[in-house]
Amino acid sequence: MTATDRLGRNALSVRPIGGSLIDQFELGLNAPICLTWELTYACNLACVHCLSSSGRRDPRELSTAQCEAVIDEFQAMQVFYINIGGGEPTVRPDFWHLLEYAIDHQVGVKFSTNGVRVTPERARFLAATNYVDVQVSIDGATAEVNDRVRGHGSYDMAIRALENLSDAGFMDAKISVVVTRENVGQLDLFKALADRHGATLRLTRLRPSGRGAEVWDDLHVTATQQRELYDWLLKAGDNVLTGDSFFHLAAYGEPLPGLNLCGAGRVVCLIDPIGDVYACPFAIHEEFLAGNVLAPGGFDNVWKNSELFADLRSPQTSGACTKCQFFDSCRGGCMAAKFFTGLPLDGPDPECVLGNSEQALMEIGRTIPPASQDHSRLDPRRGAEPVLVQIGALSPGRPPAHACSESPLADFHASAL
Amino acid sequence: MPSAVTTMLDEPWRLSPDVALRPEPFGALAYDFGTRRLTFIKRPELVTVVRGLAAGPDVRGALKGAQVPESQWPVFVQALESLAAAGTIQRRSSVTTS
Ligand code: SF4
Ligand code: SF4
Repeated sequence: MTATDRLGRNALSVRPIGGSLIDQFELGLNAPICLTWELTYACNLACVHCLSSSGRRDPRELSTAQCEAVIDEFQAMQVFYINIGGGEPTVRPDFWHLLEYAIDHQVGVKFSTNGVRVTPERARFLAATNYVDVQVSIDGATAEVNDRVRGHGSYDMAIRALENLSDAGFMDAKISVVVTRENVGQLDLFKALADRHGATLRLTRLRPSGRGAEVWDDLHVTATQQRELYDWLLKAGDNVLTGDSFFHLAAYGEPLPGLNLCGAGRVVCLIDPIGDVYACPFAIHEEFLAGNVLAPGGFDNVWKNSELFADLRSPQTSGACTKCQFFDSCRGGCMAAKFFTGLPLDGPDPECVLGNSEQALMEIGRTIPPASQDHSRLDPRRGAEPVLVQIGALSPGRPPAHACSESPLADFHASAL
Repeated sequence: MPSAVTTMLDEPWRLSPDVALRPEPFGALAYDFGTRRLTFIKRPELVTVVRGLAAGPDVRGALKGAQVPESQWPVFVQALESLAAAGTIQRRSSVTTS
């Protein structure tokens, strides 16, 4: 009785008692640990690799009252903290209200921003508020490298936000960097930048999601760079956060800190600005759409009963990877990275460190799934759009929300029993 | 000198006021709003003990209340000590009766 579903997973699973946390997490939890909520598709920037193809507000975006109802649900489900992103979440006029509403309802917030609204005054408000974490996105340690990807002036804007935060006494902001072929040589500079602002550096993986699909071939780290990145991360240890996003590099030998697990639909999920629930922030595609928070039963029902999430929580078949000696730590890598490069979900990651995907990536017949949504601005303000690539209709965007990034488990602790 | 096990057994403990427990199929997830730390309690019986701490006069009472066989007390006390180290549970200053 090994009925397999459309994702190639066995339909039956029995939860063991005790055992490793990874085994438990693979079977899902009562509520997510790492929930990202994108509040708007609107964004003042147009980053070339935006994971949610943001730019324009969607007229169907949740109203203030609907957002409050979602937060009430988080409280009832005991979702203790959420990652808020976008778009640029702070351009929503009710952003600061929703932030306070969440905190007042025992839901801590980390929000991701390009810095546009982090004025000295807002920075003072943030410094005076408990349970808020701020993550500023920067994709180059110099304006030159950063602005090629995020748009002209975006580096200065982010630095100003960081300065406002540190001047206001905000402790331990996060600087979030998507590692690319162009900035991977700046890791030490990024670390120094973070240290200078009393901030913590977070490095995340470039995934071919959203507009990232358009630039992935040119921007994802080369095999040689990947090895250097791994060595750098091993040396940095717990001083640098990674949101568990580099677990496919564990196949180089030692696992990196974190849980080493694709949490999509198990401990991770995304709620988009119109209330659609996806398995992971990097998997905004109808293939990974589990439901909508406005439907009867709300988010709770989607999380607990959606067919897609049940699939993702069932034992998976991992094809060729199962025979790999590094499977226990690498587990075949990132589902979203495979999907958006047109690789089979039950095979190796496109950046498999053993090179097991190189052949498949070169195949002519490989089909990249077409995007199922795109909120890119059609008329990016002249001069503001990033120059790395000119991709016609696909240009504008937002800072990547780096989602899986609150490594739910970066600082976890398990009882001995 | 009494061992750590006997010491804790006779002491009054409780869940830390900053910590909330979320039931999970494997046990519970403990979130500390103060330190923003997650702790996973991997056995349902241990969750019952932790929840029962504040109501009883001491840890022994909570173990009995959760019907943990005496032979397993040392293992449970060890687990409770790791929770104490993480700040999930803390010693109460005085004995309370509920
Ligand atoms: S980013 Fe990739 S590895 Fe992480 S949860 Fe999403 S699909 Fe899984
Ligand atoms: S073959 Fe699969 S499990 Fe092995 S290193 Fe490559 S992606 Fe990871």
